[in-house]
Amino acid sequence: MTAPHDRPTAAELLEALHEWMERDLLPGVDGRLQFHTRVAINMVDIVRRELELGSDQEARHESVLASFGMNDDEELATAIRSGTFDSDLSAVLTRLLPIVEDKLRVANPRYLR
Amino acid sequence: MVGPAHEELEQGLTRVMNAASITNLQRLSGGASRETWRFTADDEEFVLQRVRPGTIGGFQVEPRVLSAAHRAGVPVAELVVDGAERTELQSPFMIVRAVEGETIARKILRDDRFNTARTALTGQLGVAAAQLHQIDASSIPGLVADDQMNRYQTVLRDLGEPHPVFEAAFRWLHLNQPESTSACLVHGDYRLGNIMVNEQGLAAILDWELAHIGDPMEDLGWLCVRAWRFGGAFPAAGLGTYDELFDAYASVTGVRPDPDVVRWWETLGTVKWGIICISQAATHLSGIVRSHELAAIGRRVCENEYDLIELLTKGTP
Repeated sequence: MTAPHDRPTAAELLEALHEWMERDLLPGVDGRLQFHTRVAINMVDIVRRELELGSDQEARHESVLASFGMNDDEELATAIRSGTFDSDLSAVLTRLLPIVEDKLRVANPRYLR
Repeated sequence: MVGPAHEELEQGLTRVMNAASITNLQRLSGGASRETWRFTADDEEFVLQRVRPGTIGGFQVEPRVLSAAHRAGVPVAELVVDGAERTELQSPFMIVRAVEGETIARKILRDDRFNTARTALTGQLGVAAAQLHQIDASSIPGLVADDQMNRYQTVLRDLGEPHPVFEAAFRWLHLNQPESTSACLVHGDYRLGNIMVNEQGLAAILDWELAHIGDPMEDLGWLCVRAWRFGGAFPAAGLGTYDELFDAYASVTGVRPDPDVVRWWETLGTVKWGIICISQAATHLSGIVRSHELAAIGRRVCENEYDLIELLTKGTP
């Protein structure tokens, strides 16, 4: 299951790092360093969530792009910029919502309503 | 930390302030291009802002804007020395009288000591915005017009990171652009985080470096962008409703802001903050300033995409 690597898994390593930063590092710092430590803990959590959710999200991203007949974000961005979707921008945005929600599930799940 | 640079600054300030003594000199913060210091000159408290030695920038317009705002009765720190053209402190600077209060948004929104301030703040921000928008912009030499929409569209293109949601938002902004009713002095960064608050409410509006000539509704829209609510439940600075803000504004100008126009500016503000997030991460990635804080901001881009989808499909984020 964990081949080629031994345990802890990547996610378990990050979990251990998070625990240490929160338990031992954070109480000993204040001011700017405390803020920067919180930022760092948050980054560890982002990577952990991306490891967990990333592959499903990649598939969803591709399928949404495919539903527009596009290969990547660049193509879609260019088409939108050129006015192709001007008649129904709201529908385009609604179709893009699942991709954005996926990004938030990794970056900041609490932001979702 | 006191070093030779610190002592040199102290000596420079003694000359600039014509003071017997400069004490308590301490660095408050520093951006990429500016430093902020606080000091005591003969028992009075002041704040110095200066261009970080060795970087490009200046204080060409900001001191003039600050004095004009002060004359108009807008709560601002009083300008004491306009150092735009002076050389005593190695690089351009300005000095203002210190204003006491809190700038950290989360404290203003949550600490008990600001209970009274919170009930007053939305109204005070509406009134102050209206007052600053009534200043005669032609009385301030050097103030320039700024087309925010085109500027940020160009920034996004130059960054080279495609974002379909931002492109859709720009198309909507182009197709729905309101007629600009007036061109006036705009603060340019009017939001929680850039205001000083005391127990009674608004003590001073800070950070005038992005002041320009534009549509007054830009400031109201920016104030309501979800990022600047810092988790608060209401649109205006996280604290108040649109109606409270607009009523206060109208109490000064006699004209109530058009909610659709403010929403247009809030939408542009949301795109703008999203693009600034991309460029902050790019500042790290390109090596200009290596910083995990800047890197992390790159993952906040999607918060703005989410808000834009809510704004443009439901009408409110």
